[in-house]
Amino acid sequence: MALLLKGARLLDPQSKIDQSADIIIKGGRIEKIGKRLKIDKGDTVDIKGKIVVPGFVDMHVHLRDPGYEYKETIESGTRAAVHGGFTTVCAMANTDPVIDTGAAVESVLGRAEEEAHCLLFQYGAISRGQKGKHLAEMADMLAAGAIAFSDDGVGVQNDKLMRTAMEYASMLDVPLVLHCEDESLIGGACINEGIASTRLGMKGSPALGESLAVARDIALASLTGCQIHICHISTKETVEVIRQAKAEGVDVTCEVTPHHLLLTEDAIDSTYDTLLKMNPPLRTEDDRLALIEALSDGTIDCIATDHAPHAPHEKDREFDLAAYGTVGLETAVPLLLDRLVASGEISLETLIERLAHGPREVLRLDHIGIEEGSIADLTVLDLKEKVTFDLNYFQGRSKNSAFLDQSAKGCATDVLIGGYWALRDKEVTW
Amino acid sequence: MKSHNLITMDDVSVDDIDTILETAHSFKEVNERAIKKLPTLRGFTVINVFLEPSTRTRTSFEIAGKRLGADVINFSASSSATEKGESLADTAATLDAMACDIAIVRSKFSGAPAILARRMNAHIINGGDGMHQHPTQTLLDLFTLKEHLGKIKGKRVGIVGDISHSRVAGSLAPGLKMMGAEPIFIAPPTFLPAVPEVLGAEVSYSLDEVINDLDVVYLLRIQGERADGTAVPSMREYSALYGMNRARMDRLPEHAIVMHPGPMNRGIEISADVADDPRSVVLDQVSAGVAIRMAIMYLMMGGDQNGAAA
Repeated sequence: MALLLKGARLLDPQSKIDQSADIIIKGGRIEKIGKRLKIDKGDTVDIKGKIVVPGFVDMHVHLRDPGYEYKETIESGTRAAVHGGFTTVCAMANTDPVIDTGAAVESVLGRAEEEAHCLLFQYGAISRGQKGKHLAEMADMLAAGAIAFSDDGVGVQNDKLMRTAMEYASMLDVPLVLHCEDESLIGGACINEGIASTRLGMKGSPALGESLAVARDIALASLTGCQIHICHISTKETVEVIRQAKAEGVDVTCEVTPHHLLLTEDAIDSTYDTLLKMNPPLRTEDDRLALIEALSDGTIDCIATDHAPHAPHEKDREFDLAAYGTVGLETAVPLLLDRLVASGEISLETLIERLAHGPREVLRLDHIGIEEGSIADLTVLDLKEKVTFDLNYFQGRSKNSAFLDQSAKGCATDVLIGGYWALRDKEVTW
Repeated sequence: MKSHNLITMDDVSVDDIDTILETAHSFKEVNERAIKKLPTLRGFTVINVFLEPSTRTRTSFEIAGKRLGADVINFSASSSATEKGESLADTAATLDAMACDIAIVRSKFSGAPAILARRMNAHIINGGDGMHQHPTQTLLDLFTLKEHLGKIKGKRVGIVGDISHSRVAGSLAPGLKMMGAEPIFIAPPTFLPAVPEVLGAEVSYSLDEVINDLDVVYLLRIQGERADGTAVPSMREYSALYGMNRARMDRLPEHAIVMHPGPMNRGIEISADVADDPRSVVLDQVSAGVAIRMAIMYLMMGGDQNGAAA
């Protein structure tokens, strides 16, 4: 069955295309791009006024399944992903049990075939049980289909274990995706060390707790030749450490979350709003501006949401006791379009690079482009469509958004995966 | 008063503070009578929600409430549902359903009073939250300081000790600043918050360098577990550098006073003879605590400063 999309703006910096044209999709791929195209059989859909871009990937989500199904499941999390404009998500391993064996990877991927609304890749743990003591069976997990390895949620504290993991991963030629946090410096603090921690009387988490751990991992990557990707960077110093390592040729990439691009510690006021409790914590305006600059100049390769669903009772607590994180899958694209692209802080092309191409390159997924022959994993944007993130908006199981009740102009209205509609006019259809 | 609640010093204006101090003055006189009880808050319910152990502050609020004729109920962590895993939000909603008028909350977690404020109609008074603030302590300190030195404005107040973990310092520095005094934190950097200026205080690492110019030496209690090498090497070394002793007392200006929020560690931050010196006003702070807490509850429930001693 063929599909003809008519009249949209086709935009993809890597395929070097920015023009209004029609696309024919057939056999799961882009068959033809051109003006005034026609098909004999199949659907013709007029999407004039919208923008077709390569499908977005969120390489850092927590689907909480198995073990915390009250927060999110494979089904609900991937539904949220499609609703937010993503074709593909990569799920972290910090479930219960931790995904640290081939059997566990197989179980998730098997269920994903039945339950998922979009493409799902699964990380395996670096260390058994993510305890940071013994290597997990990486080769076994890789054979079962793991996309890469990560102990995200906690940092690997032991230098020797991290070196061993990198040596082993470099043998397997697979990236390690690293949550960098020096626990001896941070010690359970849950707010940035600085003005906010002083004002609110909280133990502060120093910026150095991140950049020092990143510097260690870069040194180890340089030693072992392992490909590493740094999760959710949040400080100016980390940007600088990574910029320098890249200049020196270290095989390192990194990601940033929308909340670190858009919010600072100043947002946390005397109401101690736990929806703003993140790990890493929200930082300063200086940090935020450095992140935006690094996003534009390519020091930061990807935007990833660190989608972290939690039940209301886990957030409605004292700040010290509340769970870390915000949901992100359904707010990322509208927020970035509204607050970074529309405001001119980054270009739409940069957004596409960091949401579509960056993560695919880091994880070595199939290249998707707006070009004939490419797999038809596509996201369709409407820059004029306004959305409000109220409780009814969210289709994921949890609604712990740092942007709750805010609005944004611009969103993904449609998602195609392998040429099939996964999201059609903002309704999840797959 | 400008706010429904008293959670931080931001909830009171300079005028509010003046009113509270004046009202407390008249309640202090009541506390010196043979019959100390007033009918002012008869029929009102005050609940002490103490989620970490505290005898002094809880007792002070309890006496203050009872002297005003209110029914005062103590809800403490050891006897409550919180031990069984109930969230503070549920505890607050439960207490709200019982209809109380004033809730005093003490918690080891910064920001806990904000949770009660969201869930309860009662006026919330912060009885000390984590490392954040302890505003009634500050108000009683301002009262005591004014009683002894005649005015607050322009006074140089050295706050000595573990500032970063101290809710007393967290309220006192901004409170002094509001009233035109000059707070100065005196501590090693390991005992200072990340950005001390946020609290409106200057910083000195040396008590000996600044002691000649102080009008008040305000000593904070040193927690034993922080003087074990994690923040300062030992109690002994802390005491040598920052303890208030006879030699330093002799260098303090004649008119200056020594304050301490209690309970004191004699021999650590304060030597026994300084604790018992006439210029140590620690017990005056305790008496002021009752009067100040009476004044706050009275004003919160709509009293005016003239009716206080009726």
